[in-house]
Amino acid sequence: MADVNRGNRPLSPHLTIYRPQMTSISSIFVRITGNALLAATLLLIAWLLAASTSAVAFDWVQCVITSWFGDLVFLLSLWALWYHMLGGLRHLIWDTGRGLELKAAERMGWMMIIGSLLLTAFTVIWI
Amino acid sequence: MAFLTDRKRASGLGAAKTGTEHFWGMTISSAALLILVPLFVFTVGPMIGQDYEAVTAYFARPFPALVALLTFVVALLHFKNGVTVVIEDYVHGLARKVWIIVMTCVSYAAIAAVVFAIARLAL
Repeated sequence: MADVNRGNRPLSPHLTIYRPQMTSISSIFVRITGNALLAATLLLIAWLLAASTSAVAFDWVQCVITSWFGDLVFLLSLWALWYHMLGGLRHLIWDTGRGLELKAAERMGWMMIIGSLLLTAFTVIWI
Repeated sequence: MAFLTDRKRASGLGAAKTGTEHFWGMTISSAALLILVPLFVFTVGPMIGQDYEAVTAYFARPFPALVALLTFVVALLHFKNGVTVVIEDYVHGLARKVWIIVMTCVSYAAIAAVVFAIARLAL
């Protein structure tokens, strides 16, 4: 009687009722940052394409890049890039079978947040 | 196929008929990007906002051109595989297929554009 009550079964706890945890939130943000990085990537490709075309085309993209909007996109993307990279590093560590205990996973989540902020600050100051 | 035994056909595939190619591909590209991303940030980053002469002269040099080219190509292939998983998670039916095709084409187009741009700047 596997078909009885199909479609009206209690579902496993989902995002809307689950209390946010370090493991879930830090993982979701890896996904968000990874996808959001497409914007800065396409902007940089437009920049290189314009530079390879002409000085006029370059000035046009330059206006966007050096505006407050461009600064905001690149600053957020810089953080997203470092965060996503540290998230990927965490996956590579997990794939070796290490750091899978709850305490270790949560500690790495904090390291991703603090590490990405420090790397962003360092990059902004260095560049 | 007649020359393959059942054992040989099944070997390494499992019930899903495909193996762990996607996972392994992401592992390789993420390991590569772990090196490329810091190189990219500190090589290309200082150039953002510079004037036309500075940017064109910079990417005419082999090292910045190669770092930018490698990072963009590997990152966009990594993006293509990553966004496919996201679409598979959240979009269903025909829309899923359309989205995967569109985002794959966007990734390929971006790769073509950046290869063309850097080739023109570098050569």
